[in-house]
Amino acid sequence: MDWLYVLMPIVGIKVFWPGLVILGLGVGIIGGFFGMGGAWMVTPGLNILGFPMAFAIGTDIAHMSGKSLISTMRHAKFGNVDYKLGSVMVLGTVCGVEAGSRIVMWLERIGQVALYVRYGYLVLLTVIAWVVFADLRKRQQKENEAKAAGKELDALSTGLEWHKRLQKLKIPPIIYFPKSGLRCSVWLPVGIAVFTGVLAGFLGIGGGLICMPALIYLVGCPTHVAVGTDLFGVMISGLYGAATYSYKGRVDLLAVFIMLIGAAVGAQIGTVATKYVKGYAIRVYFGLAVVGCGISVLMKLVGAANAGLKPTLDIAATVLILGLVTALSLFIFVNFVRGVREERKSRKADLVHA
Amino acid sequence: MHLPKHLSPGGKRALLFLLAAPLLSAAESAQMIVIVADTRKYHGLRAWWANLYNDNHLHFALMTIVLIPLAGVILGLLADRVMSHLGINLKSRKLREG
Repeated sequence: MDWLYVLMPIVGIKVFWPGLVILGLGVGIIGGFFGMGGAWMVTPGLNILGFPMAFAIGTDIAHMSGKSLISTMRHAKFGNVDYKLGSVMVLGTVCGVEAGSRIVMWLERIGQVALYVRYGYLVLLTVIAWVVFADLRKRQQKENEAKAAGKELDALSTGLEWHKRLQKLKIPPIIYFPKSGLRCSVWLPVGIAVFTGVLAGFLGIGGGLICMPALIYLVGCPTHVAVGTDLFGVMISGLYGAATYSYKGRVDLLAVFIMLIGAAVGAQIGTVATKYVKGYAIRVYFGLAVVGCGISVLMKLVGAANAGLKPTLDIAATVLILGLVTALSLFIFVNFVRGVREERKSRKADLVHA
Repeated sequence: MHLPKHLSPGGKRALLFLLAAPLLSAAESAQMIVIVADTRKYHGLRAWWANLYNDNHLHFALMTIVLIPLAGVILGLLADRVMSHLGINLKSRKLREG
C-alpha cells in the first residue's frame, strides 16, 4: 500500500494522499456553501495526517486561497459577491492577518503554538455558536408574533439586528454598497476586517468562519451575499497568508495541489447548493458545524491536560471532525442533487408548456 | 574527552562549565527555528522545489503565490465546464432568508 503515501518535499513526511483529496473535497463543499475557507476543519485535519502545527496552518491557508478563488468565480456568476464591500475590507484583513501570523511565529519559538491556537478556537467557536442560535430563536419569536397578528414575516427579515444599531454610527465617510443594499460608515467594515484578520492570522484561517457571521450580524448583509463576499475576502487574505507563511517556510505546495483537486469539485457543488436553500438553513447548519468543531477542540484540550485520557480523546476528536465533514458534505450534496433534479424537471415542464 | 585526573571533583565541574560556556551563549540564537528540506531524498521537480526552499524563501514565496491562483483558475474553469452540462441556470438565484 506504499502507493497511497506521498513524500512531502518540504515537511519531509509521508502523507496518505487520498486523505488530502477527501479533505479538499469535503472542505470545498462546506466552504462553498457556508462561505469560508474551512480552515477550522483543515488545520486539525492536516495535523491529524501528520503535519506539524505550524506547517498545517501555513499549508491550509495556502490551499484556502486557491479553493476560495474557485468558489468566488462561481458565486460571482450568481451575483452573490459584493466586490465593493469586499475590497473595502481587504486592507484591514491583510493588516490583521500579518499581525496574527507574527503572533503564531512567536508562539512557535516558545513552543506554545498548538495550545494557544486550540484555546483560541474554542473561545471563538463558543461565541459564534451562541450568536447563531440566539439569532435563530429571535427570528422564530418574530415569526410567531407575526403569525399571531395575522401577518407574514418579510422574506429578508432577520432575528438579531445589531447591524441596524451599528449602521447608525455616522462617522464619515459614509458609503453605499448597492449589491448588499447597505449604507454605513466605511469604518464599520474596515474595523470588523482588522479584528477578523488578526484572529484569522492567529488561528491560521482565512477569516470566513469569523467574517461570514460578522458580515451578517454586524454589517447586515443578506446571507447569500455574505457567503459570496466573504469568499472573495478569504481569497485575498488567503493569498496574502500564503505569501507570508511560504516566506516563513511553512507551506508545502504539493499538499496544496493535491487538496485543490478535491476542492475544485467540492467548491462547485457547495456553491450551487446555496441556490436551493434559504438563508436561515445556511445559518443553522453553520451553527451546528461550529458546535461540533468546538466539541472536538475541547476533547483535544482535555486530552492535552490528562495523559491517561489523551489517546481515547484524540481518536474521538478525529472521528468527530471527520464525521462532521462527511455529514455536512453529504447533506449539502443531497440538497444539490435534489435542487438540480427539481430545476431540470421544472425547466423541462416549461419547455413542454411553451 | 578525558579530564585531568589530578583535578578535584569541584575543579572538574568548573572546567566543564568553562568548556560549555560558548555553547550556552549560543542558546539564544538557536531559538530561531530554521527548517531545511532534506533534498537527498528527492529527484527531478521535487528536488528542484526543495532546493528552491532551502536557497531562497523569497523566490519560494513568489512561486507559491503565482502557482496557487494559477492552479485555482485552471481547476475552476475545468469544474465550471463540467457544471455547465448539468442543464441548470448558473447565472441567477433568489434571495430569501426564511
